[in-house]
Amino acid sequence: MTHLDGNALAGALAELFLGDMTLATGTCAGCGDEAELARAMVYADAPGLVVRCSRCGDVLMTVVRSPADTRVSMPGITILTLLR
Amino acid sequence: MGIFTRGFTGRAREQNPNLPPGQFLTEGFPVLSAGPTPRIDTATWEFTISTGAGAVQRWNWDEFMALPSEEIATDIHCVTRWSKLGTTWRGVSLDTLFAGVETTNEYTMVHSYGGYTTNVPLEDLTGGKAWVAFEFDGEPLAPEHGGPARLLVPHLYFWKSAKWVRGIETTSDDDPGFWEQNGYHLYGDPWREQRYS
Ligand SMILES: [Zn+2]
Repeated sequence: MTHLDGNALAGALAELFLGDMTLATGTCAGCGDEAELARAMVYADAPGLVVRCSRCGDVLMTVVRSPADTRVSMPGITILTLLR
Repeated sequence: MGIFTRGFTGRAREQNPNLPPGQFLTEGFPVLSAGPTPRIDTATWEFTISTGAGAVQRWNWDEFMALPSEEIATDIHCVTRWSKLGTTWRGVSLDTLFAGVETTNEYTMVHSYGGYTTNVPLEDLTGGKAWVAFEFDGEPLAPEHGGPARLLVPHLYFWKSAKWVRGIETTSDDDPGFWEQNGYHLYGDPWREQRYS
């Protein structure tokens, strides 16, 4: 089986990440709830943004901004869906 | 300190020597939290130390309060760049809590009510460097500041001083905790400005 390199992702990911990500639906790994990120609970008085599922409270995503970069972790999202 | 030039003393006067690089003084006590504040009843509170083979030490609130405690005067440094100097706490030294614990593990994972975790090397918790604190400024520790009890490891950035602490597990590897997995430094020494991984 042959494979392409990561450059083949460019088109599909641009479609996703250039949109308004808060409109994307995240499926919670903890409880299975599907909700727009805009509906999640965000704890901002912390070393980074902590995004929690509004149903079960599990951590969906964190965003840490350093002077050099932005680090997004999505430990609690199994599927991210953004309508085209 | 010895010999220094006039220019050098001028700078030293402007900069507080107790302030690590990149930090600013605060008089308040900002509340930082990665989630909702858990309300923990001391009637059900417990603190455990485990070495990987189940809990080896366990204290309920009354047992914990019966342990010898000490007053701690220390500066604290948050990675969000505020420092608070001369804070006063009361807590139980981790030397007391680890006194009966046998382990060859060199690292620990600290666990909190609410699910927060942070990793600290065992040698940073012992030797008079860390406490489980239950009073701040002469008052019982408020829930928003981690009450009824929080870890206090003031020589590291304050995210290591886990609020609502409920247990410490020794580990063979330095596995990352919550913020350490999500972009912050594995160790977090404010004097070496170890903010990000
Ligand atoms: Zn959920």
